[in-house]
Amino acid sequence: MTNAEMYNSRIVITGVGLTSPIGDSLTDLRGNLLAGKSGVTEFETRYMPPVLAGVCHFDALKYQKRKEVRRGTRAGSIAVYCANEAVNDAGFDWENVARDRVGVYLGITEHGNVETENEIYEIGKFGYDTSVWSHHHNPRTVANNPAGEVTLSLGVTGPHLTVGAACAAGNAGFIQGLQMLRLGEVDMAIAGGVSESIHTFGIFASFKSQNALAHHDDPTKACRPFDTGRTGIVVAEGGAICTLERLPDALARGAKIYGEIVGHAMNSDATDFVLPDRNRQSQCIELALKRAGLTPQDIDIVSSHATATEQGDIEESSALAAVFKDHPNVAINNTKSFIGHAMGAAGAIELLGNIPAFDDGIAHATINLDHLDPNVPLTQIVANEPRQLDSVDCILNNSFGMLGINSVLIVKKYQD
Amino acid sequence: MAPEQIRQVVLDILARIAPDEDLSDLDDAIAFRDQMELDSMDFLDIVMELRKMYRVQIPEEDYENLVTMASTVSYLTPLLKDVDSPA
Repeated sequence: MTNAEMYNSRIVITGVGLTSPIGDSLTDLRGNLLAGKSGVTEFETRYMPPVLAGVCHFDALKYQKRKEVRRGTRAGSIAVYCANEAVNDAGFDWENVARDRVGVYLGITEHGNVETENEIYEIGKFGYDTSVWSHHHNPRTVANNPAGEVTLSLGVTGPHLTVGAACAAGNAGFIQGLQMLRLGEVDMAIAGGVSESIHTFGIFASFKSQNALAHHDDPTKACRPFDTGRTGIVVAEGGAICTLERLPDALARGAKIYGEIVGHAMNSDATDFVLPDRNRQSQCIELALKRAGLTPQDIDIVSSHATATEQGDIEESSALAAVFKDHPNVAINNTKSFIGHAMGAAGAIELLGNIPAFDDGIAHATINLDHLDPNVPLTQIVANEPRQLDSVDCILNNSFGMLGINSVLIVKKYQD
Repeated sequence: MAPEQIRQVVLDILARIAPDEDLSDLDDAIAFRDQMELDSMDFLDIVMELRKMYRVQIPEEDYENLVTMASTVSYLTPLLKDVDSPA
């Protein structure tokens, strides 16, 4: 690759839009992460007692008409909100952007369960008469729905697709956008991850049957990664979307640059439907480091994936211990302890909540960590209180999912 | 139901499927589509709502009767004559 090609292959984050249980903007999310505020609450779902969940409170009508909200999906509304926020944040003169050169790439853990459950519930009121099954069902449940709703909202005529990647999807959306930019398929990528999963009872019931659904008298203390008192996963909804551009394009228009994606990797465990594999995870981390031309010592913050299941926490912490054993000062934190597991959005929200550390040098905490599991072989976890670091230049973001899908992203503070 | 009650039922359905529209000055003689944003999927919502509420099955060849409020009420009146009005 020539120097010019290498320069043109540098991909930067120029705009951010998000919604999470603790904030509908990066400023609010960051503020609540540093303040140690949980967003987990009790939540009504069908057919089972109330559950604990991370619930978003963004204003869907900021970018959609009421009819569009009614016709589309919750994931679509989340995506439309986040994408519009990102585009506005990036400062584009949107009317003059070549929108046939824009691509939309959104990671999803799943899509369609919410809408299918709603329809079955609805026809149940009519004796399961399928003639009252909605004609909106198919456009709501096609797998590209959330990304497609973004194209409708923003008038994007370039490619759009969702990336189905279980809970590795947030990183996978960014990686897809990065690759399409490097291939020259698009000139700007709207990329990230979304999830509406809390609106189907099935995800809660399935985790419950797996003995992996968190419970706690105090919802704010329910999500406890790495802690001996953990009881499982808190499911959350949310979304986080960035505008990604090639560095020369971003510089040419004087864009604000949040960071540069310098490393990425995805691989597969090929071992089990649900149980993770520390060896493949550490290989994924090492591959991302290698592609970035970095060593473990170059990483300042690791945003962990840990969901507060026993085996998940132990496998990931063992993978991190293997890679970062000679780096006692790396700050390892966890966003799920605040908001729960935002599924397809998790990796994206978790990465973005750490990005302001490039400016303030602070690693936000992992809350609810009162008694570190002795089987978690890590000394670098930022427990309960934020940690001020000398400087933050590199953030590594883990995101793993069922069927053994692993993803790692490394973002570096922008430097010429 | 009497025609005026049927008109109110249809108006309520329109308010649900087109919540951004101001229906206060709806002209009963003008096609719905010429005075509000209503595409084919919205139109099917009208058919679906009537099916759910009153078990009225409207065959596709009869859709042409649902163009205006006046024609819709006229078409539905015999079909809903034995149905009680909503409380």
